[in-house]
Amino acid sequence: MRVIDVNEIQSIVKELFIRACTDINDDIMDSFVKSREREESPVGRAVFDQLIQNAEIAQKESIPICQDTGFSVIFLEIGQEVAFAGGLLRNALEEGVREAYTEGYLRKSIVKNPLTSPENTKDNTPPIIHTDIVSGDRVKVTVLPKGGGSENMSRIKMMKPADGVEGLKNFVIETVKTAGANPCPPLLIGVGAGGTFDYVAFLAKKALLRHIGERNPDPKIAEYEVDWLKEVNKLGIGPAGLGGRITALDLFIELFPRHIASFPAAVNIQCHAARSKSYTI
Amino acid sequence: MDVLRAETPLVDAVIKEMSVGTRIFLSGTIYTARDAAHERLVDLIAAHKPLPFDMEGSVIYYVGPSPAKPGHVIGAAGPTTSSRMDPYTPLLLDRGVKGMIGKGARSREVIEAMKKNCAVYFGATGGAAALLSKSIVEAEVIAFEELGTEAVRRLIIKDMPLIVINDCEGRDLYIEGQKEWASV
Repeated sequence: MRVIDVNEIQSIVKELFIRACTDINDDIMDSFVKSREREESPVGRAVFDQLIQNAEIAQKESIPICQDTGFSVIFLEIGQEVAFAGGLLRNALEEGVREAYTEGYLRKSIVKNPLTSPENTKDNTPPIIHTDIVSGDRVKVTVLPKGGGSENMSRIKMMKPADGVEGLKNFVIETVKTAGANPCPPLLIGVGAGGTFDYVAFLAKKALLRHIGERNPDPKIAEYEVDWLKEVNKLGIGPAGLGGRITALDLFIELFPRHIASFPAAVNIQCHAARSKSYTI
Repeated sequence: MDVLRAETPLVDAVIKEMSVGTRIFLSGTIYTARDAAHERLVDLIAAHKPLPFDMEGSVIYYVGPSPAKPGHVIGAAGPTTSSRMDPYTPLLLDRGVKGMIGKGARSREVIEAMKKNCAVYFGATGGAAALLSKSIVEAEVIAFEELGTEAVRRLIIKDMPLIVINDCEGRDLYIEGQKEWASV
């Protein structure tokens, strides 16, 4: 049994959210630089130049890459030999978010009640928390500050088993096409398939935690990821939707077994900031 | 790619030069407003009450900035998705608004209202919020302070890098750009 003080988790959450919002990930910056060279559209290249410059300013001055510092989504992988002490874990997570969004000068974008109150919660709480109990005695904290623009262009569909792989592929392409410039291309595309109505959306979001070039371990699925990315990039939407060859930087598919009667599908769009950071203790 | 430097307030003669795809460096005074502020502005118009700024010739930027760090004029300040403001826009255009800055496609109704009123829609690069904030030299809340990030702010900008998405003739860079670069 390993005892972890929740205050340690709180500090990690705070630090991760601030860093996620100001420091672009290396694989993303790398992709910007490489994509800029590959992009044939002049206005598309100009957009990449802006995104590179933007990321450099944000990191240097520790200001947000994007003003929409998002919904505070937290993924926890908790080793089952861990016991938490020093308070409620949930409270520590909330406090970590509160501190990050206050001390990090991040935007408070959460409204209390979708139906009865347009009042802002003023501290970007509550976070959305996903927990997975795993073996061992370590805790992995991953944060994903998820912006509203990209979320708004995401879609779920309860397809029929007969729709098959082609049906899923078409759903993905259609979703990206309909989204156009709204979610801030170039995108990362998270695809989920299988499970239940709620779980498939989670799969699509989990897919967004992967790094550029990180393929699904199943070679057949990896092939679909590469192929569908090519298809998406044939749409010509381009950087900032202004027209170009690079509409998406990568596409990730996460699967789960499905019910014999169902074929749930989800596409979680992620913008080019692709903010997520992890830390393991 | 044509490049044009322009200053607010925008007059028809200048707007007519801003054809689709032109890169613009905009300076002068602009006003911020997004979902909540638009709702309030439209309510004020309906109630014949005074507005927080003179709409005639104005440019509205759809932005909810992050908080300013000490010593900074404003936080990160990139555009939000414009289509959410579409329902309110034709009315504001009728009231004299000449330019809008945002990201994402506008509705047919908005584009028609722009043609009717000789107005232009600029795209600011979504997610280049730290970079865009550097074009903002002054920022002041002038209305609806309780809305926090959604308050109406008067911004003084210098050479803000924009691109003409919809010109006053109804052309659309998103449609033209995608058509040019799609490979079926």
